[in-house]
Amino acid sequence: MHPAIQAVLTVGIAVIAAIGYFYLSNLLLDRVLFPARGKNAGRNINRANMIRPWIFLFPALFALGLYLAYPVIETIRLSLTDRVPGGYEWAGVDNYVQMTGDPKFWEALRNNFFWLLVVPGLSTLFGLIIAQLTDRLKWGSVAKSIIFMPMAISFVGASVIFKLVYDYRPAGEEQIGILNAVYLALGGSEPQAWLTIPGLNSFLLMVVLIWIQTGFAMVILSAALRGIPEETIEAAIVDGANPFQIFFKIKVPQIMPTIMVVWTTITILVLKIFDIVFAMTNGQWGTQVLANYMYDKLFRSNDWGVGSASAMVIMLLVLPILIWNVRQARKEMR
Amino acid sequence: MAELKLTNVGKTYGGKVEVLKDINLDIKTGELIVFVGPSGCGKSTLLRMIAGLEKITAGTLEIDGFKVNDVPPSERGIAMVFQSYALYPHMTVYDNMSFALKIAKKSKEEIDEAVRRAAGILQLDNLLDRLPKELSGGQRQRVAIGRAIVRDPKVYLFDEPLSNLDAALRVATRIEIAQLKEAMPNSTMIYVTHDQVEAMTLADKIVVLADKGIAQVGSPLDLYETPDNEFVAQFIGSPSMNLLPGKISGTGARTEVDITGHGTAYSDIATQDADKGRDVKAGIRPEDFRIAEEGEDYILHATVDYVERLGEVTLLYFVPEGDADPLIAKLPGIHQGLRGEIVRLTADPSKVHLFANGQSLRR
Repeated sequence: MHPAIQAVLTVGIAVIAAIGYFYLSNLLLDRVLFPARGKNAGRNINRANMIRPWIFLFPALFALGLYLAYPVIETIRLSLTDRVPGGYEWAGVDNYVQMTGDPKFWEALRNNFFWLLVVPGLSTLFGLIIAQLTDRLKWGSVAKSIIFMPMAISFVGASVIFKLVYDYRPAGEEQIGILNAVYLALGGSEPQAWLTIPGLNSFLLMVVLIWIQTGFAMVILSAALRGIPEETIEAAIVDGANPFQIFFKIKVPQIMPTIMVVWTTITILVLKIFDIVFAMTNGQWGTQVLANYMYDKLFRSNDWGVGSASAMVIMLLVLPILIWNVRQARKEMR
Repeated sequence: MAELKLTNVGKTYGGKVEVLKDINLDIKTGELIVFVGPSGCGKSTLLRMIAGLEKITAGTLEIDGFKVNDVPPSERGIAMVFQSYALYPHMTVYDNMSFALKIAKKSKEEIDEAVRRAAGILQLDNLLDRLPKELSGGQRQRVAIGRAIVRDPKVYLFDEPLSNLDAALRVATRIEIAQLKEAMPNSTMIYVTHDQVEAMTLADKIVVLADKGIAQVGSPLDLYETPDNEFVAQFIGSPSMNLLPGKISGTGARTEVDITGHGTAYSDIATQDADKGRDVKAGIRPEDFRIAEEGEDYILHATVDYVERLGEVTLLYFVPEGDADPLIAKLPGIHQGLRGEIVRLTADPSKVHLFANGQSLRR
């Protein structure tokens, strides 16, 4: 069977199964378990209504348990044990000690920190500027659509695009990478293998994520800017504020909570960054990050202990920001 | 100290939709002018054009003799109080009030003095550190007014400032605005409202806007006593004026009108012989009706369809055939047992208005 037909079929079956689940489970509840007739009709309706929310919650709870809660517990277990032939043995914090002795781990941690400093900040900043600049333009929505498009590209796809941008051919050959082409056209002496230059290469990887995430920041912030009461801006105009003062003193403070939500959302994403590094440098030349380090250990070195330990480090770093983010988003909704 | 002069001012959106045309208006220093009109008549647009928030597409606006059509709002010497207060939600009351002065780069001492003085006038002294969300509606409105006062503008613009307040607070704030005006006799104020009670109580002069233009300008009592046209006659006063169609049957200093289907009305509005037989409408305010005495000429002869007793007055409703508005008479005091009765009503000739083609026959 053609894979596309297979996919459509799968989707179709899943949709039917989902509808069937809700329909049949409610039917079972209302007709068989607690029928709304007989002398206990009233009591049965109440009981059915107490159970009904759980019918709707069950699929989500089940999936969360299977794919989220169970892996966390399993990862904790793996990080505290060593794999030995035929089973596991308790290792205590040995894996963590081993990990902190690895210079690659510290490189990854340091790089993650730089990603954290650069990417969320610049994405949010660019998103905010673009949102403001396109707000009143006639072709603003076209511009926004184009800037939003990278969001639809997978990280690996984006990495392939940027690998071509940064491509290196030995001197004398025609450069197909636009960066080298521009570099040479501007008077650079010889083509550079950009992704092997320590320090700069990490930054070049960050550019990929900024390129993708600016669209996300822009869309959210653009909606927030639209939500600012027009009269407060008019009041500021009457008060004599110039456009910059209106932007920085009236608009930005009013959407600060949204800016923080965008910033933290991207921060969480950055802490987990893996695909771009994996696809472009695989952590070589000093570009290692925590997630790729974890992948290296888990699936290349088959060292499940250290791999799981680094996974725990990532989770511990993400958790506080995640909690803060969720709280902030809830506050927004009120 | 500010005089405003509007000459042939008009507003057209996108070159097509005309909302205002040929507005001519002189506003003198220290006047409190109220723009009233039904919703959608362009009163807020006119105010926003004076503020500079909407472009004036035709005519000229002068403040103190200078054409300000293209002067930005902050340099026109105006301050505006918005319907939704438009307080900056992230700033304290103090910062809200001082924002304009900070933008104008005034010294700290100057700003502080201006804010404290305005806060004193408006009794906001204890609230200066609060955020707008911690204030009640009335307090927010006072902060919005305070924000205008600190700038010491030549012209205050109020855009339906009371419409977001509840009824009790509205009355209280209305009185506060009246007192504020008295305390600042040299400030010119322009006030937009759709509430005629606000207009009648606050205004030195009312501008009634209708159908893209000015229907009438005058003092509140002028508009009440001598409306220029049917629109103003019905817009000012509550319940609105009754309009009874009829024909002029006698002319001279006292005009006689045969009311279609009813009796005869006499009006002190003079008419010429040529007017005889002309179709007119006699306008009589509900409160000007009285029950005709035995043998006296009557204007209205009809069955009372229902009665509203408000204590101080009694309202009698006469529902005419067809879908015309009911005629209403407002009699002082309490009257019992009038429902279903046939009554004859008359009015003093000095209180009977005459309109032909929508315009008053009074010259």
